[in-house]
Amino acid sequence: MTGVLTRRLLLALPLLPGAARAGDAAGITFDGLYESFGVTGLVFAARLKALAGSPVAITGFLAPPLKAESRFFVLTREPLAICPFCQSDADWPLDIVVVTLRRAASMPPAGARLMVTGRLGLGGWTDPETGFVSQIRITDAQLARA
Amino acid sequence: MTRTIAVCLTALSMFAAAPVVQAQTIYPLTRAEILAGSKFDFKVEFPASPPEADVTVTINGQPPGAVLGGQSRYSANEDGMDHGALWIKGAIIPTPGVYTVQATAAGKTAEVRWEVFGTPARRAKNVILFIGDGMSVAHRTAARIMSKGIVEGRYGGELAIDDMPHMALVSTSGTDSVVTDSANAMTAYTTGHKSCVNALGVYCARNKASLDHPKVETIAELVKRKNGMAVGVVTNTEIEDATPAGMVAHTRRRADFNDIVKMFLDAAPEVMMGGGSPNFLPKSTNGSKRTDGEDYIAKFTAAGYRFVSTATDMKSAAAEPGAAKLLGLFNTENIDGALDRLVLKKGSVGRFPDQPELADQVRVAIELLTKSPNGFVLMVESGRIDKYTHTMDPERAIFDTIMLDEAVKVAKAFAEKANDTLVIVVPDHAHSVAIIGTQDDDLPGQTPREKLGIYEKSAFPRYPRAEGSAYPSSVDVPRRIAFAFGSYPDHCENGKPYLDDPNVPAVAGEAKGTFIANEKYCDRPGAVRITGNLPASAPQAVHAADDVVLTAMGPGAELFRGRIDNTRVFRVMATALGLAPP
Repeated sequence: MTGVLTRRLLLALPLLPGAARAGDAAGITFDGLYESFGVTGLVFAARLKALAGSPVAITGFLAPPLKAESRFFVLTREPLAICPFCQSDADWPLDIVVVTLRRAASMPPAGARLMVTGRLGLGGWTDPETGFVSQIRITDAQLARA
Repeated sequence: MTRTIAVCLTALSMFAAAPVVQAQTIYPLTRAEILAGSKFDFKVEFPASPPEADVTVTINGQPPGAVLGGQSRYSANEDGMDHGALWIKGAIIPTPGVYTVQATAAGKTAEVRWEVFGTPARRAKNVILFIGDGMSVAHRTAARIMSKGIVEGRYGGELAIDDMPHMALVSTSGTDSVVTDSANAMTAYTTGHKSCVNALGVYCARNKASLDHPKVETIAELVKRKNGMAVGVVTNTEIEDATPAGMVAHTRRRADFNDIVKMFLDAAPEVMMGGGSPNFLPKSTNGSKRTDGEDYIAKFTAAGYRFVSTATDMKSAAAEPGAAKLLGLFNTENIDGALDRLVLKKGSVGRFPDQPELADQVRVAIELLTKSPNGFVLMVESGRIDKYTHTMDPERAIFDTIMLDEAVKVAKAFAEKANDTLVIVVPDHAHSVAIIGTQDDDLPGQTPREKLGIYEKSAFPRYPRAEGSAYPSSVDVPRRIAFAFGSYPDHCENGKPYLDDPNVPAVAGEAKGTFIANEKYCDRPGAVRITGNLPASAPQAVHAADDVVLTAMGPGAELFRGRIDNTRVFRVMATALGLAPP
């Protein structure tokens, strides 16, 4: 079941011209996103800032998606024990990465460990479709099972 | 990060689940106990949208405006829906008595009866309300074993929360369900009205927007308006979480965190301390969870609050001459529990090394609030007893019960000086937990059931004492309290404490909205895989409807006895403070 979904997903995502290729991408990690993490705000790590706009690759866990067919999902450090989309009082962790695929695709099951490759975007941005505000994004993304 | 999507989904599911209304619904609901002179929104909903001319509402035979003050307003299609709604907002009934409300339309009459109660003259200068969130009898007993020790069946000392002259059993069910949540439960304590799950300071009506439901006044608003008293809200959870929010908030959705921060600013408690800073930061700040550009730390500072973010700064701020108002936010999320802060140094302690102990928060709060000449109401929550019990992490839950006890000690020492302070310690709801023996590494076998000592084999656990501390210096001992959970998701466990990070028993599964065992724990030595007894949609252990134990001391505490509804806690506080005197 899982394998079928993954293949469908990858089939739905042909490598497009301009999309980042895994081979060119600089590896980043959830532990390396911030150089300080305080009550009055977070500060991006210098290496992350230097990579803004460049192809990067990161491994994390797929949060329960908003809908099955989507181009937008949230990648988390650990598998989510809560479902912010399903529970009224559940909340997102601060250190998440928002991933936008080139076009809508069937999502792998929630909890899947994924390597996401794409272009790194930093700074506050509101998704016009969903209203979701994010600080770290990977756009034009492609996925692989990690 | 915005919660817009969650808002939409929750709103949809809420209304999909709303029952078909057959008769008129009158808010406040029947058997409401209303403090004379307190404010509430009066609302009657009429099914099938009758025209105003076909609708009759009376209170003790009079037009509602004559009894409640103000003019009633009717809308035949409220929020574009197929019901009519008659409202009087900010109603007040000044005179105690029984009030019968009748609403008639299309030949059908609905009737409710309210008791409007007065109070004698004021007897208490101050009230300190401690909430042990989710604290059940097993937490209490386990905290006593761990903190005081037990030898030949006798404890080595008393907990401060036990050593109080008055006690009652409190029933916690809400208007909608037998098992409640912290929002609804706190509403009962702070307003005297029962409401429904997820609601804070409102009745759950048919309104579309979460902020439009019929409001009831909270104790924080009342004591400021009526007695000019000061208010403190102290917790170790996020300050916008349900229990602290219950002091000031009016929303059908406890997750309206950004609105709740504004409600705190509007209600202006003199002391606010907890976690949850991201909802105070403008969305342009990295780490914000707001959806707008408002900087609430700046707004609180402009309103005269001293802002602090470490325990050290908290203590020095209290010592500053002229200090009166304090906003302390010590973590982006919840403040780490006592076990992580004091012993294990796990959780987020690496990022936030200088978070306060609850007892120190209470000491500072009392120091600031006693500057108010008119007395104060202080709410103090040990909130992670509940959260760690949800995640089936007994040692962390028990440590935070001891932490509550340490905080209560500070309040009792203050209260005993003048005997003019009512101190109440009460859980908001129960969990299904019990001590079923000891988990004994010396018993043969590997798995938790082989190492469980029951009956005569449940030899007394031994936790090492730390000199001068109520907390043991370690929970990693060979014979431990066996703390059983009556409700659980699929999970793996081995009967050992979680010495690394806090337990996460289940994680999102492949099927949408389902949760499965967190494999991280399935390979630990002796681990067994347990099939959950909860619906697969539940990621954690759940609340229970069992009654909870209240203890109290000080003027008015003698009113607590036997079994009471949770709304009675409000009534006793209002009575002690003389909020509706003759």
